[in-house]
Amino acid sequence: MSADGTHPRADLEADDFQAARGKVGMWLFICTEVLLFGGLFLLYSVYRFKHHVDFHAGSMDLSRVAGTLNTIVLITSSLTAALAVHSLREGSIVQAKRFVAATILFGLTFLTVKGFEWGTKFEHGLYPNSPVLLGMPKGQILFFGLYFTMTGLHALHVIVGMSIFGYTLRHLGSTVTAAKPVLLENVTLFWHLVDVIWIFLFPLFYLIS
Amino acid sequence: MENDNSVSEGGDVRRPGPVPGYRSYLTVWGALVLLTGLTVTMASLDLGALAIAAVLAIAAIKSTLVLFYFMHLRYERRLLIKLLMPIVLATLAIFIGLTYTDILYR
Repeated sequence: MSADGTHPRADLEADDFQAARGKVGMWLFICTEVLLFGGLFLLYSVYRFKHHVDFHAGSMDLSRVAGTLNTIVLITSSLTAALAVHSLREGSIVQAKRFVAATILFGLTFLTVKGFEWGTKFEHGLYPNSPVLLGMPKGQILFFGLYFTMTGLHALHVIVGMSIFGYTLRHLGSTVTAAKPVLLENVTLFWHLVDVIWIFLFPLFYLIS
Repeated sequence: MENDNSVSEGGDVRRPGPVPGYRSYLTVWGALVLLTGLTVTMASLDLGALAIAAVLAIAAIKSTLVLFYFMHLRYERRLLIKLLMPIVLATLAIFIGLTYTDILYR
């Protein structure tokens, strides 16, 4: 890489430094995300503490099958994302592209299941501020309010992750290579974070009835 | 594991260290799926007050697996990145602790 050969490692170290900086930046962002969702989880836990019975009743209305299916889908998408980074590090662009594409497809599957779930809720007249919901006990209004807010914010993260994966897929092999894997590495870190958040959302909303 | 991504190089901490191979990724995935099955099964049993603790404990184990292996925290050698997550979790614990002292003893 060095043009004159006097400092064979100089460029490499500059690249290293940049990569390290990118990684630290991503981790800092992940920390802000943990605090963002952490605040919502705290809200959930306090309301659950105060409206114990209503939260259990609300949870009964959620489809455990859909929730479990989506958990498996998201965990598997995390695997394919990790394998994409692994393939890129090993220098196989084609393999990395396949794994990124698989990750996007799993993300799409997750959103489809989520869409059907929300759709069923809407059909039953359950959506924020709906007459049916407002006629329910206070704790259930809070439960569904938190359900729509938290899974909605999470779904937004899935959409953002998929979009960046799509962008990365287009540039894999050109600007994203084994020597410059930071974009793929960072979007994968973000994707794993989205997975971790779902790992907590799933039991707290679907499994407490 | 095969790629010797300059593992030694005189303790150069900026370079990424060794990372898991295909098989360890698949093992972690298998563990995550098993734990998901376990948590769903436990929730269908009637464990009462213990249920929430069990379910949260499994979620904590699952996220640790994701953080350590998928997100490579176990192989991370930069101290700053290693410390970030414990710091943010401690901050969160303080928020939660203070909120609950307010709610419980008001």
